[in-house]
Amino acid sequence: MSAGTFTPGPGAAPVSRMILAQTALETRMLLRNGEQLLLTVIIPALLLVLFSAVDIITVPAGEDGTGTSVDFLAPGILALAVMSTAFTGQAIATGFDRRYGVLKRLGASPLPRWALMAAKTLSVLVTEVLQIALLTVIALALGWSPHGNPLSVLALVLLGTAAFSGLGLLMAGTLKAEMTLAAANLVFLLLLVGGGVIVPLEKFPDAVRSVLELLPISALSDGLRAVLQDGAALPWGEAAVLAGWAVLGLGAAARLFRWE
Amino acid sequence: MSNDPAVEIRGLVKRYGPRNAVDGLDLTVRRASVTAVLGPNGAGKTTTVETCEGYRRPDAGTVRVLGLDPVAQAERLRPRIGVMLQSGGVYSGARAVEMLRHMAKLYAHPLDVDPLVERLGLGGCGRTPYRRLSGGQQQRLALAMAVVGRPELVFLDEPTAGLDPQARRATWDLVRELRADGVTVVLTTHHMDEAEQLADEVAIVDAGRVIAHGSPEQLCRGGAENTLRFTGRPALDLGSLLKALPDGTEAAELTAGVYRVTGDVHPQLLATVASWCAQHGVMPDSLSVERHTLEDVFLELTGKELRA
Repeated sequence: MSAGTFTPGPGAAPVSRMILAQTALETRMLLRNGEQLLLTVIIPALLLVLFSAVDIITVPAGEDGTGTSVDFLAPGILALAVMSTAFTGQAIATGFDRRYGVLKRLGASPLPRWALMAAKTLSVLVTEVLQIALLTVIALALGWSPHGNPLSVLALVLLGTAAFSGLGLLMAGTLKAEMTLAAANLVFLLLLVGGGVIVPLEKFPDAVRSVLELLPISALSDGLRAVLQDGAALPWGEAAVLAGWAVLGLGAAARLFRWE
Repeated sequence: MSNDPAVEIRGLVKRYGPRNAVDGLDLTVRRASVTAVLGPNGAGKTTTVETCEGYRRPDAGTVRVLGLDPVAQAERLRPRIGVMLQSGGVYSGARAVEMLRHMAKLYAHPLDVDPLVERLGLGGCGRTPYRRLSGGQQQRLALAMAVVGRPELVFLDEPTAGLDPQARRATWDLVRELRADGVTVVLTTHHMDEAEQLADEVAIVDAGRVIAHGSPEQLCRGGAENTLRFTGRPALDLGSLLKALPDGTEAAELTAGVYRVTGDVHPQLLATVASWCAQHGVMPDSLSVERHTLEDVFLELTGKELRA
């Protein structure tokens, strides 16, 4: 390096380029992390294959009475995939970013905070597209015959992503990284069992069921099931529950998130 | 414009709970200079620097960096400064070169990454994730990230902490080059030699205030006096020596046969002491002039007791 190398030439890159670069990096970090892949890809895929092939839990058939167990399972597994990335994965990754001072350091770069959050959201969406593509292929191979309007599915997935991202960021921005790691995994497991993903909510007593139905995971899995299994247009009740969680979660995260 | 100071801090106060981490600190940093903020642990160095970087909002006083308010005008300031945190700042799974390339993409006219990687010896990090890099590699990556955007001003918080001597020299060389190319550098350190080697200006900070400020030469000259030390027979009569020496000079026997003369030590004083020894038949086994180092000044100003 010769004299004049460091002569100042300051300036920020165009914000679109920064967001693109940040999204690419965040996505690479997500996909490189083995534990994250276990959570976001391997567990949903295994559950889908296992519960379709083995009759462990009797699942209700579709309203026309012809559905197979994969028709019940696939929407639930898609909901699980959204939760694993938007909530669990994002909470753990962001918690450790905070702990390693990444958020602090990027805070002194030209990248504005809103652009960082936009990039994180885009990277979650990119990951979800990859997950949904993979799980759809597996489900189709298992004999899945989806119904309904793809736009309704998209709307539910986006609402679910907003709801889970808000809760994940709230956790990552307020708890210590280790605490987030433990709590996010525990919540994942509890919601997997009690959120209508593989165990139909009809199996729970009525009182418990009416509470469980208000969980974001139940709203997403039942909403997706209403569209994909029964061909409903847009299930407004479930969509409203997800929107409520999104407003609560994102609002609380915006107020309480600590960057350092 | 370029005659305005790069950093101007007036009466900065920053409280953490009941304690004032920074307590009325003033500091002015000239452009294209290297300023070392020197002080014991807990003196308020990092808090001061982080206030300049826009991380902390002052409880009182004003801070201007490149003429801007670091909190209110952060979006305009951030592209123009480079920041090296004391630790961390990188994704635990990111590779060194990957992270540096990413930082480069956030700036309009970044440095070429490859020569910088080679220059700081980061090429050997390969595919190793950040969390498994050595402390020295992590430090060098943080330094590279601070300069890659071609900033006007860089803040380096303890840039050589934990580095081996070679890496330390390499960092010093880079700081000198930054200065030569017109970049303003503010660094914190508790290595006196680092401040002496690199800095145009040294600000000694203690208990949240600047207690001394000046070039290393000024600081060594002022305040502390120099000493001349010699050995001879025990119990010499120093009265006649003092008469021969200029006013304001002191002489004392430290331990049996070890004498110290303190004052303005110059060649004439040396000659006076030597001829007094000759007159009294004293053969000094050793005679040495001790110039005060920044370390002496530092210890004199901040006290010698260890701090928590």
